[in-house]
Amino acid sequence: MSGTLTMAGQQTTHNRARRRASRIGLYVFLTVLALIFLWPMLYALYTSLRPYGDIVGNANGAFSTPKTLNLNNYFNVWNGSDLIQYYWNTAVITIPAVLLTLWISSMLAFAISRYKWRFNLIVLMIFTAGNLLPPQIIIVPLYRLYLLIPVPAPLSDNGLMYNQFLGLILIHTTFQTGFCTFVLSNYMKTLSMELVEAAMIDGAGVFTIYARVVLPLVRPALAALATLLFVWIYNDFFWALMLFESGGKRPITAALNNLSGAFFTDPTQLAALSVMAAIPTIVLYLILQRYFISGLTLGSAKG
Amino acid sequence: MTTKRRKRHYSVLTARDKVLLAIMVGVPLTIFLILIWAMALVSVLWSFTDWQGIGPLHFVGLQQYNYLFTGYPPFWPALTHNLLWLLFFVCIATPCGILLAVLLDRPLRGSRIYQSIFFTPVVLSLAVVGFIWELQYSPVAGHGFIDSLLAATGVMSANSTPNWLGDSKINIWAVLVAASWRHIGYIMVLYLAGLKSVDPSLREAAAIDGANERQTFIHVVFPVMAPINVVIVVVTVIESLRAFDIVYIINHGKNGLELLATLITNTSLSEASLIGFGSAMATVLLVISLVPIVLYLTRIMRSEDQ
Repeated sequence: MSGTLTMAGQQTTHNRARRRASRIGLYVFLTVLALIFLWPMLYALYTSLRPYGDIVGNANGAFSTPKTLNLNNYFNVWNGSDLIQYYWNTAVITIPAVLLTLWISSMLAFAISRYKWRFNLIVLMIFTAGNLLPPQIIIVPLYRLYLLIPVPAPLSDNGLMYNQFLGLILIHTTFQTGFCTFVLSNYMKTLSMELVEAAMIDGAGVFTIYARVVLPLVRPALAALATLLFVWIYNDFFWALMLFESGGKRPITAALNNLSGAFFTDPTQLAALSVMAAIPTIVLYLILQRYFISGLTLGSAKG
Repeated sequence: MTTKRRKRHYSVLTARDKVLLAIMVGVPLTIFLILIWAMALVSVLWSFTDWQGIGPLHFVGLQQYNYLFTGYPPFWPALTHNLLWLLFFVCIATPCGILLAVLLDRPLRGSRIYQSIFFTPVVLSLAVVGFIWELQYSPVAGHGFIDSLLAATGVMSANSTPNWLGDSKINIWAVLVAASWRHIGYIMVLYLAGLKSVDPSLREAAAIDGANERQTFIHVVFPVMAPINVVIVVVTVIESLRAFDIVYIINHGKNGLELLATLITNTSLSEASLIGFGSAMATVLLVISLVPIVLYLTRIMRSEDQ
């Protein structure tokens, strides 16, 4: 009797020890992996702080000991390029595009999810499927179209859609509307109908119900999507590369293509440039992480 | 009287409301159809012409496709690289993301911190990812980390290390590592959300039946995650087909880094104006993309029916 008890006791201790060992193994594994993931970013940061003279021709490369670390590379990149202009371009494109996308897709999602009519599902599919197309499929006709569409003066300084902020805002808004409509219409379907019904009984029109009842209820989803959209549009490289002439109108991410030519002979300045281009999204992510992740997961929650 | 009127209000939209709803849907829908779907169709149409940007359209049948498949050297490498990208993501990056999600789904101290770290590369643009990895891959004298490490540990001498981004035999692999670095965190977050939504009683039931953790995942959790699994597959395939930015920032998609996406823009926008020919490649890319898109749409339809 007591023998079996001891044996059972031994077995649990044994199991516990094994479980503890596997737990420690898991922590070690995850920590090593986390360091590997962080490494390329930390290395870029480290390189950006090193003077070029310290490493040029140094046979030890990355392992040469730094004599000093300073911010000179940042000053050089800042003074040697129109960074402030590129950041400004980014803001002029990104902020209106995010707001417009949220406004349009929330109305669309509202109309699709709250009212039953015949082409509901088809409309939703047109948007969702279009959003999944690789942009390279449509870029050539779109480029030609942008050269054809006349745009009057205050909105365009060359009379066209091409090479204009407006053109970029338009394509971002259109493309992202697909994703946001899908997410928002799923979100709206989960809302309780009671408030909407009450408003209807009070004789509220469609627009009042949208603006006063549904919009406040989807605020969490809008916040999440806003964060996500900001990062996506900020990070856009392709549209801005193709729909702007290689001038000073490009936003920061696409401008990296021009700037890489100027700085690529000097890895320390290339590193400083990368850090500066990455800072806005990293900071936003660190502050609004919760929203960012819930935006992504809202999109996948309902396949 | 009042009840009657209320009832009518409740079930019937006024004419003004109907117009408003039609505008809400109609305007964005029209713009979307023109800028996205009509442009895709124009690409298909142009692929049957030899248009070079000026003059009238001149239809040449399947000539562009014929040249594409038999006479244009970069096409098959580009297609192979796209498929390699897809395979690498499907077989390595995506499973790594899923594995991380499964590991981090357990009650683990610091789980959130690990998640944040693995996810950080996802908020970087692929252009910045390209720069950051150029710093890893450049040669010792250019201060590259990998070569410096190989030289410092004596694995290779400083001048015999491979040219990671310049050698057309290996640079696609170097780029795939960089792209996966970003893709893994993306998949991890999507999958974690799915795992969190699995009914805990299912796992409890499996545990009572004596299933271990791996059996529970394979036989219980994975099957109920079907909707998320479809999303993961679609995201992985689409990301592989869209790949563009990172190779463009490294060498404009040449010398071993050819992809369908870069060939399209190089032949019809940036370097030449062979629009008919570029459109034939765009059409090939469109046909391939329709596979995951149709898969996804069927999924939505089915869940809508339920």
